[in-house]
Formats: sequence, C-alpha cells, structure tokens
Amino acid sequence: MRLPCPICGERDRREFYYAGHAVALERPQEGAGAEAWDYYVHNRDNPCGETRDLWFHESGCGAWIVVTRDTASHAVLGAVLAEEAAR
Amino acid sequence: MADLKPRMPLESLLPMEASGVRVREVDLGALTLVMPYRERDAALSDALEAAQGLRWPEPGRMTGTTGRGILWFGRAQAMLIGMAPEGGLEDHAAVADQSDGWAVVEIEGDRAAEALARLTPVDLRPGVFEIRHTARTELGHMAASLTRTGKATYLVMVFRAFAHTLVHELGIALQGVAARGGR
Ligand SMILES: [Zn+2]
Repeated sequence: MRLPCPICGERDRREFYYAGHAVALERPQEGAGAEAWDYYVHNRDNPCGETRDLWFHESGCGAWIVVTRDTASHAVLGAVLAEEAAR
Repeated sequence: MADLKPRMPLESLLPMEASGVRVREVDLGALTLVMPYRERDAALSDALEAAQGLRWPEPGRMTGTTGRGILWFGRAQAMLIGMAPEGGLEDHAAVADQSDGWAVVEIEGDRAAEALARLTPVDLRPGVFEIRHTARTELGHMAASLTRTGKATYLVMVFRAFAHTLVHELGIALQGVAARGGR
C-alpha cells in the first residue's frame, strides 16, 4: 500500500502512523450537547466504500494528512494536508 | 585543565567497503535546524538569500552542496549545512544548533542504491530519485535523512545515538548485495 503524501509524493505505508477516521477534524464546538460529544468520542461509521482517515507521515516529512480511500476496492483516492482540511 | 578531544560519532567504525560500495563518515560541520514560523516562509527565504546566497529548498530538494547548503528536512524544516545561522533568521523561524546530534555517512559505488534499497522504502531508481533529491524516511527502522549527492553517491544522516546501529545495518545490507553477486 502506498499513500500520496501531499508534500513527499507517493510513499510506502510503513512510513505512516494510522490514526483512524478523520473525526478529530470535526471537534464539537464549545457548549455542544452531551450527545454531540458522545458521538465524537465513541461512535464511528464503518463505511463500505469511501472513507477519510488521518495518517501521520511519521518517518517522512512529519505532516498529518487526510487520506481518502475505498474500503471495498482498497483504492487510495487522494490525500490533503490535515492543516488544510481543518480550515 | 582537562584536554577535551572532539570525537566523531563513527570514527572507530568506518570506513568499510564491500562489493565496490564504500561507506565513510562525513563531517558536515555546523548543522542548524531551521523551522519557519507560520506565514514567514517567504521572509525567511529572503533572509537566507541575503545572508547566505541560498534560498529555502523545495520539499525533497537541496540547495547548495553538502559542503555548504540547505537540506530540506521535513514539513516546514530545513537543515543549514556548513554555515553560521546569520542574517536574523530567528526573526522568522525557530533555529536550533544540532551540529553534534547527527551521525553522517556517504555511501558511494555503482551498487550503493542496491544496498540502500534493502533498508529504505524510498524509490531510489535514478530517474525518480535524482541528484540533489532528498527524503526523510526510515532506514532499517531508524528515522533518517537520505540525499542523492552524485550519480552513485548518497548522504545518510541518522541521530547520533544510532551511529552503531547504522553501521550494523549498512554492513548487513552490503553483505546482502555481495551475496547476490554481480549484476
Ligand atoms: Zn510526507
């Protein structure tokens, strides 16, 4: 598996640390209700198809990236810097 | 007064050679890690050009030479090699002296890439990883900086604490290349 780091280009999966679904970029606003926080902390979708995950290019450039991939076909569809996705 | 003698990280371990691939230690002199503050990239590059005549490198590239140059070193990071960090760089960036922090080797020979390919997942084919291209990657599980400095010459940097491990891993890689015989 190779991931397209927006800074380094296509690189081997072993250079990356996987941090799961990119939900961390959608942190509830201050004052959000318990339900929103419960969902944010505990609940994850388990899609068959397109999903967005956070990866850390740990032994590469050190960037956090959001990778879009297909859980059914295993195709890697693209990646953006997390700092840009979070804007 | 004590007479302190500087010691290079690899001075008792190198050089070594196998299959026509030579590994030797390199003294890069002063090493300064520079990390620009947010939105200060352009100002920093201008300051570097004014003080050193070298601009900030593009990702995965080196400007200047390994004698005196700027090596891309990761997201919003570059290493100044062989120069004093002059010119008010600290107005635009975090600046850290790391001169004693790295063990550095040069690997040279027609089969150097073949040996390195046993240790790193970076695509080292000559048309992909060209001269003056650089990568942060892993080398036998060590965090490393890898730069192609010539047709068959590569510069490898690892944390100084991994000096012995680096030589150990490179030794095994060279043995592996030797065991495969000539191409
Ligand atoms: Zn990267």
